[in-house]
Amino acid sequence: MNRNKTVKNIPDFKLSPTVDKVGVEERVARFQTRSIKNESKVQGLKLVLNMIDLTTLEGKDTPGKVRQLCYKAQHLHDLQEGLPTVAAICVYPTMVAEAKKALGDSGIKVASVSTAFPSGQSTMEIKLLDTKFAVDNGADEIDMVISRGKFLAGDYSFVFDEIAAIKEACGKARLKVIFETGELASLDQVRRASDIAMYAGADFIKTSTGKIQPAATMQVTYTMLCAIKDFYRKTGVKVGMKPAGGISSSKLALHNLVMVKETLGNDWLTNEWFRFGASSLANDVLMQLVKQETGHYQSADYFSID
Amino acid sequence: MTKKDKHKEKATFDFNGGWDYSPSPESTSHVKLKERYDLYIDGKFVAPNSGKYFQTTNPATEKVLAEVAQADESDVDKAVKAARKAYENVWSKLSAKERGKYIYRIARLMQEKARELAVVETLDAGKTIRESRDVDVPLACNHFFYYAGWADKLEYAFPNRTVSSLGVAGQIIPWNFPLLMAAWKIAPALAAGNTVVLKPAETTPLTAMLLAEIIHESGLPAGVVNILTGYGDTGAAIVNHPDINKIAFTGSTNVGKIIQKAVAGTGKKLTLELGGKSANIVFEDAPIDQAVEGIVNGIFFNQGHVCCAGSRLFVQESVAEEVIQKLKDRLDTLYVGDPLDKNTDIGAINSKEQLETIRKYIKIGKDEGANMYESSCEIPKKGYFVRPILFTDVAQSSRIAQEEIFGPVLTIQTFRTIDEVIQKANNSPYGLAAGVWTDKGSRIFNMTSKLRAGVIWANTYNKFDPTSPFGGYKESGFGREGGLQGLGAYLKIER
Repeated sequence: MNRNKTVKNIPDFKLSPTVDKVGVEERVARFQTRSIKNESKVQGLKLVLNMIDLTTLEGKDTPGKVRQLCYKAQHLHDLQEGLPTVAAICVYPTMVAEAKKALGDSGIKVASVSTAFPSGQSTMEIKLLDTKFAVDNGADEIDMVISRGKFLAGDYSFVFDEIAAIKEACGKARLKVIFETGELASLDQVRRASDIAMYAGADFIKTSTGKIQPAATMQVTYTMLCAIKDFYRKTGVKVGMKPAGGISSSKLALHNLVMVKETLGNDWLTNEWFRFGASSLANDVLMQLVKQETGHYQSADYFSID
Repeated sequence: MTKKDKHKEKATFDFNGGWDYSPSPESTSHVKLKERYDLYIDGKFVAPNSGKYFQTTNPATEKVLAEVAQADESDVDKAVKAARKAYENVWSKLSAKERGKYIYRIARLMQEKARELAVVETLDAGKTIRESRDVDVPLACNHFFYYAGWADKLEYAFPNRTVSSLGVAGQIIPWNFPLLMAAWKIAPALAAGNTVVLKPAETTPLTAMLLAEIIHESGLPAGVVNILTGYGDTGAAIVNHPDINKIAFTGSTNVGKIIQKAVAGTGKKLTLELGGKSANIVFEDAPIDQAVEGIVNGIFFNQGHVCCAGSRLFVQESVAEEVIQKLKDRLDTLYVGDPLDKNTDIGAINSKEQLETIRKYIKIGKDEGANMYESSCEIPKKGYFVRPILFTDVAQSSRIAQEEIFGPVLTIQTFRTIDEVIQKANNSPYGLAAGVWTDKGSRIFNMTSKLRAGVIWANTYNKFDPTSPFGGYKESGFGREGGLQGLGAYLKIER
């Protein structure tokens, strides 16, 4: 895997390409008219499961809850054979050690949010400590938030330097950079944030914290995928994409896969380069998979809630 | 190559194979085509005088769909007499409000049968079900709805003028949007109080005959709309019939010229909507990814069988490499194949004849020394299909940049300054449409006032609406269809 590094020759982010919202909406609508049926649907749904970062990010999280979630990550629905596991568990830094222990050698990654998630309103020092704490506890992936205030004020160098510094603090852990697109207000800004993060060394770019609406709309994700495409063309380095928040139905998840396939191609259709940040998506996908096999929908009570 | 570059991964995208969509064909079980379709004259379905029929085929499978009647001069005469009688005795005497009711009824019946119409359109014309379902049929219905509303408001449409109907309108339509073109023609003619003799194209007569059945079912008085199938000679008989007051033609520039000569001095009112070689212009500040979508939609919509297709792409030199690279990537993601499959982006070429024309131009392009890029997508072995194609390094003097190809073939030229691109865009015998892609509003207005084209789209392409007039400059024809202007084309407007 060729990992992204902080790029030395950075472009002027004020000159990031413009994005036409109407055009993006039209393109996204085309993805949504794709008809995914039968074998293609089953394959797609399994792929979706395998791309999920199963998430719990609540003030009331406890080690017990995290242990239960880690079990679910490895045993999504044991009645159904041939199911993959999810890609990762996503928790707060204080839960990383517990999750790491519970997941053992399952191969499932532990992702930790960091940098004073979700608002990012803290000092650089604290953000670095936050990150190091998570990494030292064994986090494989770090989900940081950018300083939206600084970004909206036009201080792009600050945002760039902040990401580069966290990247350094990550060591071997892969860095996901969250923009909180619901606070950025326009697709032009989403595009600019994507460029800044990728040039600063992001391994993944991620839409949202899940705490703000709107979150991962297809329009936003598409804009970010286009930015990844351009970055790959220019540098030869792949960057991953993680839409998070608001994707709770199988249909929407499949439409996201269609969008990835038709924008970045097959190489991104793996959990190495594409993730869904979601808490309730997994059960809907499981319900659809069981329906594909049996022909019947089962009640939600047949799928475990964690 | 520097040492550092050696470790750089070559950036390529893999769009073929992998996780893919299973076939998803639209069901045809609700469609029952007859073996044979007769002429619709004077409210009855009648056999042609000659007793001759011809076959219409599905261009995607080359299978025969049905036989349709071949109308000759005597059938045309019968239809015009019926239309005249209906005009004099019924239609012109009916109150405008009642006229509107009939048009509304036709629109509603079309909506009820929208699925059937879409499937038959796809079978007969080779266009994708996605387009016939989402574009052709809904737009056709909307044209009837729109003009139905004007029927009893003609004096408000043209204030301080006296308006009156013309009489009998002869209408000849092309094969690229069979049902939609029929709607464009019939709806304003009826709303203005005229009666109609319409001839659909010989390769795509079926939806016009379904429309005849719908019109029949609507109870429209006999003879108000007559639909005759046939070849060019049937069209010529309509054009030359002495008792027709208005000719409306959509089709090739060559035929348009013949028609214009034929009606000269006869007093027949004429509108021609002919060919095009429209410029799509991308400036360096354009939203590039959306512009690429717009370019694709501009030229590959309906297999490029669109008179206003954005077939000449002009890209500002500073972004040319990027735009061309992105176009190539996008071409590789297009699905070409079974038009009935809901996931197909590009369907079948309308006829063998048109396929040969397109192949001829592809050869001309190669012979002229332009660089060709062909999509890597797979195409079916049977049926009339062609991969989407880009030509780069095209000169303004190349034939492929000057002549209308009417297929999925895009020519790409670069430009440096605004003046240069305006000059080149206007340097064409045609002037139907143009597209401008830029982030700068003031530039859009500058361009729209200087480009000589009937329709100019900014940051989009191929958008149609019944309220918006459509038509061209120069060899693209004259007269407007759609909107108030399209209504005026069917009226005598006096002070």
